[in-house]
Amino acid sequence: MSAYDVARHFADSWGLVFLFGVFLFAVGRALRPSARDEYEHARTVVLRDEEPGK
Amino acid sequence: MDAYVARSMTWLSLAILAVFAAAVTVDPAFAVHAAIFAAAGFLAAFLSMRSAGDAPAAPKPGEYDDDVIRWGTIATVFWGVVGFLVGLYIALQLAFPALNLGLEYSSFGRLRPLHTSAVIFAFGGNALIATSFYVVQRTCRARLAFPGIARFVFWGYQLFIVLAATGYVLGVTEGKEYAEPEWYVDIWLTVVWVAYLAVFVGTLVKRHEPHIYVANWFYLAFIVTVAMLHLVNNLSMPVTIFGTKSYSAFAGVQDALTQWWYGHNAVGFFLTAGFLGMMYYFVPKQAERPVYSYRLSIVHFWSLIFLYIWAGPHHLHYTALPDWAQTLGMVFSVMLWMPSWGGMINGLMTLSGAWDKIRTDPIIRMQVLALAFYGMSTFEGPLMSIKSVNSLSHYTDWTIGHVHSGALGWVGMISFAAVYFMTPKLWKRERLYSLRMINWHFWCATAGIVLYASAMWVAGIMQGLMWREYGQDGYLVYSFAEVVAAMHPYYLIRAAGGLLYLLGSLFMVWNIWMTIKGKVREEAPMHDATYNPAADKPLVPAAA
Repeated sequence: MSAYDVARHFADSWGLVFLFGVFLFAVGRALRPSARDEYEHARTVVLRDEEPGK
Repeated sequence: MDAYVARSMTWLSLAILAVFAAAVTVDPAFAVHAAIFAAAGFLAAFLSMRSAGDAPAAPKPGEYDDDVIRWGTIATVFWGVVGFLVGLYIALQLAFPALNLGLEYSSFGRLRPLHTSAVIFAFGGNALIATSFYVVQRTCRARLAFPGIARFVFWGYQLFIVLAATGYVLGVTEGKEYAEPEWYVDIWLTVVWVAYLAVFVGTLVKRHEPHIYVANWFYLAFIVTVAMLHLVNNLSMPVTIFGTKSYSAFAGVQDALTQWWYGHNAVGFFLTAGFLGMMYYFVPKQAERPVYSYRLSIVHFWSLIFLYIWAGPHHLHYTALPDWAQTLGMVFSVMLWMPSWGGMINGLMTLSGAWDKIRTDPIIRMQVLALAFYGMSTFEGPLMSIKSVNSLSHYTDWTIGHVHSGALGWVGMISFAAVYFMTPKLWKRERLYSLRMINWHFWCATAGIVLYASAMWVAGIMQGLMWREYGQDGYLVYSFAEVVAAMHPYYLIRAAGGLLYLLGSLFMVWNIWMTIKGKVREEAPMHDATYNPAADKPLVPAAA
């Protein structure tokens, strides 16, 4: 098998599974109910920024 | 003191090397570029040495480091006008070929990359660098990391723009769309970009806010992905290190696919992700409301970056690219509908409960129009990536119309809004010189986009239909030149649209200039409750 074939078969099998897994993990993390408080805090970061940092 | 001298000597030796390169090369364009580089080096050496005696600039811990952002704001406005002007000129060249002036330097083929690079990299790039430094400091509540490198990023990027622009006029090109600069300019941009990444990530690392706000995620994705795209697409071998010409590491369809993997992700990560970072900060800021859904913004982020990277092959439908790759590009483009519209809805719904601001606040109005065009062009794009639609639209002016509804509508308007938002704060002014002038800018630009996009839809679809029209005898009905002649009225309408857009940006120049000078225009407020003095009195019963 040529290098192209190896790369291609990896890309449409384990590579695909890996990327899809990372995507599901990231979205699942965003949607988990326990993140609610953290996101409520993060959402208002832009509106709390008028004074410079410590 | 030693540090200043060392820095000055480094620039001086680089400048001398550049003079040497200019002297030994047999390639006149390379000599011009080496001379520009040498001039920049001598200037940097002189300025570093001159400041050697000064007391070191006192860090002001109570203030953000905004110098680079002020320069970047001015550079954004300046390059914007330059880019729009060149765009208008080449639009007129298409309608009136005599404007090519019979010179190689002013021909359409050389001015067209000058226009695209001026608007994308000079206008858009400066807007992204300036706003990313503005946003990352405010949302991390920390000053910029590596202030010296941040200044290098700004000036190094301007040098890149000058080298690229002069190169196009002189005919120095790799022939890769949106990646035209030759190998040595690419290397320079790589150095600047790594410095940019260091400043951005350094600031994130020293943040005082526990959470990294989503706008920074988009900016970081933009910086990292553009670095990767730039490095891979520009892999090439120069013929000599004292000449402009280089050859790509790839050939044939591999080169084409690499180019459009780069080209489409330049749209996805430079013109979309970066400006979405801008949107996620400046829209909530101007509306004085948090973003509609923070969860949706994160889902928007991950879906966008996971899908965009695969969409490039839709630029190569019906070519030598394998069929499965074309279909892959099409399917991922269609899937991009969802995150794009999710992001648009998230931005628009941030105004939920404050819709009246669209009427009363011209900056919000610009942002809403930008989001509407973001939604429209991300609807049109997937549609055009479908193979059967693409067989009509590809190579026609429909594509040009699509690009401009995204570029003028989304990228331009969201950047103008950010410039209007930042300027009074950066120069510590009470408010902008004029709010009404933003409104004039808004209407000129909007009318310009409408003329532009509608003319190009009609022209493009007409062009596609004329090209594929067969007569009963099996021959094509129209020659190429007949189709070109039929386009003339639409080219005039398009140029009129471009003129309006340029006019709008001149209102911005005046407004920003006056704001920086500290002037405030006397004008009626944009909106006030209605008041009728005639009715404002007690009822007097009529004499009985």
